[in-house]
Amino acid sequence: MEKIWLIIKREFFTRVRKKSFLITTLLVPLAFAAMIIVPILLATSSSENKRIAVVDKSSLFINKFPDSKGVYFKYLQNQNIDSLKQHYEEQGYAGVLYIPDIDINRPSGIEYYSSGQASVTLESGINKDINNIIEKKRMELQGIDQSKLDGIKSDVEAEFKNGKDEKKGSSWVAYGVGYASGFIIYIVLLLFGTSVMRGVMEEKVSRIAEVMISSVKPFQLMMGKIIGIAAVGLLQFFIWGILITVIYTIIPLFISPESMQAAAQGGAMPQGNHADAMEAFSKISEVMNSIHWSLLIPCFIFYFLGGYLFYSSLYAAVGSLANEDAADVQQLTLPITMPIIIGIIIMMKAVHDPTSPLAVWASIIPFTSPMVMMARLPYGVPGTVPYWQLGLSFVCLIGGFIGTTWAAGRIYRTGILMYGKKITLKEAVKWIAKKS
Amino acid sequence: MNLLEVKHLKKHYDTHKAVDDVSFDIQQGSIFGLLGPNGAGKTTLLRMITGIFYPDEGQILLNGKKFDPENDAQLIGYMPEERGLYKKMAVGEQTLYLARLKGLSKQEAMRKINYWFDKFEISSWWNKRIDELSKGMQQKVQFIATIMHDPKLLILDEPFSGLDPINSNLIKQEIFNLSQQGTTIIFSTHRMEQVEEICDHIMLMNKGLKILDGSVKQIKQDFKQGLFRIGLGVMPNPAQMATYHFNIVQTHDHAFTVKMNEDSNTNDILMHFIRQDIPVTYFEEILPSINDVFITQVQQTESSTANAPAQQLA
Repeated sequence: MEKIWLIIKREFFTRVRKKSFLITTLLVPLAFAAMIIVPILLATSSSENKRIAVVDKSSLFINKFPDSKGVYFKYLQNQNIDSLKQHYEEQGYAGVLYIPDIDINRPSGIEYYSSGQASVTLESGINKDINNIIEKKRMELQGIDQSKLDGIKSDVEAEFKNGKDEKKGSSWVAYGVGYASGFIIYIVLLLFGTSVMRGVMEEKVSRIAEVMISSVKPFQLMMGKIIGIAAVGLLQFFIWGILITVIYTIIPLFISPESMQAAAQGGAMPQGNHADAMEAFSKISEVMNSIHWSLLIPCFIFYFLGGYLFYSSLYAAVGSLANEDAADVQQLTLPITMPIIIGIIIMMKAVHDPTSPLAVWASIIPFTSPMVMMARLPYGVPGTVPYWQLGLSFVCLIGGFIGTTWAAGRIYRTGILMYGKKITLKEAVKWIAKKS
Repeated sequence: MNLLEVKHLKKHYDTHKAVDDVSFDIQQGSIFGLLGPNGAGKTTLLRMITGIFYPDEGQILLNGKKFDPENDAQLIGYMPEERGLYKKMAVGEQTLYLARLKGLSKQEAMRKINYWFDKFEISSWWNKRIDELSKGMQQKVQFIATIMHDPKLLILDEPFSGLDPINSNLIKQEIFNLSQQGTTIIFSTHRMEQVEEICDHIMLMNKGLKILDGSVKQIKQDFKQGLFRIGLGVMPNPAQMATYHFNIVQTHDHAFTVKMNEDSNTNDILMHFIRQDIPVTYFEEILPSINDVFITQVQQTESSTANAPAQQLA
C-alpha cells in the first residue's frame, strides 16, 4: 500500500508542477468568464455598422426595412443597378439588395450582391424582413387589419412544474446543465484517458517499466498512475469551482450601481447597457438556482470518477501495447474511443428526450452511462430518472470499472514488458484469460 | 551456503519454450555469469528470479526459503538490459523515488544517495533532468539506483554496454567491492572477455536449455585440448620435428603451437627439444577461452537441434 501511495504522489506532483497544468487551470475559468461577459457586451454594445443599398423597382419596400443590430438600409432611387453593382463598395455600402418590379402575389427575382459571402444572420434577417413586408402588404390588399390580427395572436407559456413540491422547472436550464455536464465528462474521459495512456507509453518506451516492476506489482504501477492522474483532475475541478464561484460573485459587483456610476464617470460604457447587463445576469442567476445542485454535484463527481476509472484502465492497457511507432497506438485506441464518441452522440439525443428507451438504457450501460446519465439527471430525480435507474446505473458502472480494471491489469502486466513486437488487439484479449 | 537455488524452472510462451527445465545454485558472495546467445532465455530466466514473471513450473529458493516476489523485492537489485529512467525527472528525485519503492525510509534513502553520489562524483547532477545526461552518465545513475538498497542479490544484465573504459572500470571495481562485502551477483552478458575477468562461476544457456555450468577454472580444464605453445631460441629444421608426442598446429616466429598426443605428457615435449639441443625460451599450456567454449558449445546444440524449427524469443 505504501508503494502505491509513492506512485500516486509521483504521478500527481510531476503533473501539477508542470507549467501546462497552471496554464489550463487558469485559462478555463477565464474562458468561462469570457463566455458570460462577451455575449453581454455584444448584446449591449453596437458593433460596426453595415450599410446596405436598396434598389427597389417595385416601390413596395421603400423605408420598410427595419434598421437593426448595426445593419442600416439606404434606399436609392433611379440608380442603374449594373453600375451600382460595380461601385457600391466605393460608395461605402456593404452590399446591394435589388428588388425588381415584382408581382405581390408571385414575388421573384429579388437579389443581394456583396463581395464576400453574406453571413447567415444577415441572409436570414433580410429574408425575414422581405417576407414580413410582403405579408403585411398582402394583408392590406385582403383588407385584414393589422391591429385586429395582433389582438387574435396568442403568446401564453404554461408553467412546467415538477416533483411533489411543485418546484418550478425550466427544461431549457435542465437542457443546458445536462448538455454541459455530459460534455465535460466526455472531455474528461478523452483527455485524462489519453493522459494515462501516454504515461504508460512513456514508461514502456523509456524502459523504466521493467525497473519499476522489479520493485512493485504491475497492477500497483497501473493503479498508482490512474489514481494520481484522477487526483490531478479533481484538484483542477476544485480550483475551477473556486475560481468560477469567485468570478460569478465578482461580476455583479462590477455591474452594481456604484461601480456603474464610477464606470460612467470614467466614460467606459453608457448607462443603459449596464441595466441590460444586470437584467441578463440576474436571469442567469435565477435559472442557476432552479437546479438541484446538491444531487447533481455528487452525481457528477461519481460519474466523473466512475467513467474515468472505467476508461482510463482500458487506455492504460492500450498504452502498454504500444511500441515506438505511434501510428500503431492510434489504431489500438479506436475501440476505446468509439464507445465514448457513441456516448456523446447518444447524450446529445438524450438531452432532448431524456425518457426515450435509448437514453434510459444508454444511461445504465457503463460504456455510455457517465455521459448520458449526466444529461438526464438535471431533468429531475425521481421525476425523469427513477431511483431504480439511477441505482442500477451506479451498480453497473462500479461493476464495470472493476471489470475493466481487472482485464486491463492483465493485459498491462504482459504488454508493458513486451518489446519490439507489434501486438494485435486479438493477442492482447487472449492475455486476459491466460493464467499468470 | 547457497543464496539462490533454482530447481527445474520452466517458462513457456505459447508453444515456444523460453526456459526449459533449468536448475542451478549460486553461492553467496560469488559472481555468477549467465551466458548465452540472443534469445537463449537469459532475460526470461532473470525476470523469473526477480519476480517479474511467474515460472510455469519449478522452484526458486532465496536464502533457503521459497522466493516471495512481493516481500523479497528489496533483497534484489535488478538492472535490466533495456535501461530505463524517467526522462523528464531530475536525477536526485528519481533515485530517491526508486529507493523509496524498494522500501527505504526517506532519511535512509537520502543517506545512501548522498554516499553513492559522492563516491561516483555526481552530486552536482542532483537537479539535472535525465534527458540532459549522456548515455554513460545515465548508466551511472541507473547503477546507483540498482544498488542503493544494499541488495543481497544483484542482477546485472549487460552492465557495461555503452560505457567508456573509465566508467566501465569504475563499475567493475564496484562489482568486486560489493562481491567482497558478501553481495551475490548474477551477471548476464555475451561479452566473454568480461566473463573471464569477473566471474567465478558461469552457466551457459541456449534455446532455453542449460548447456553447462561450473567454475570458470573447471570449465577451462574440462574443455582444454592439449594445446601448448613452446618458444624456441633457434627454429629447428623439419627433420628435427618428427615425433610421436605431438603435432604442430601452428608455426609462429620462434615458436610453435603444438597439440600433445593423449598418451604423452608435457615433459615428453620438452625432452624432445632439449635432446636436440634446441634452446626452449618458454613453454605454456593454451587453455580454451570461454569464448571458444561458448562458440563450440552453442554450435553443437545448434546442429543437434537443427531439425527442430528454429524459434526466436520475442
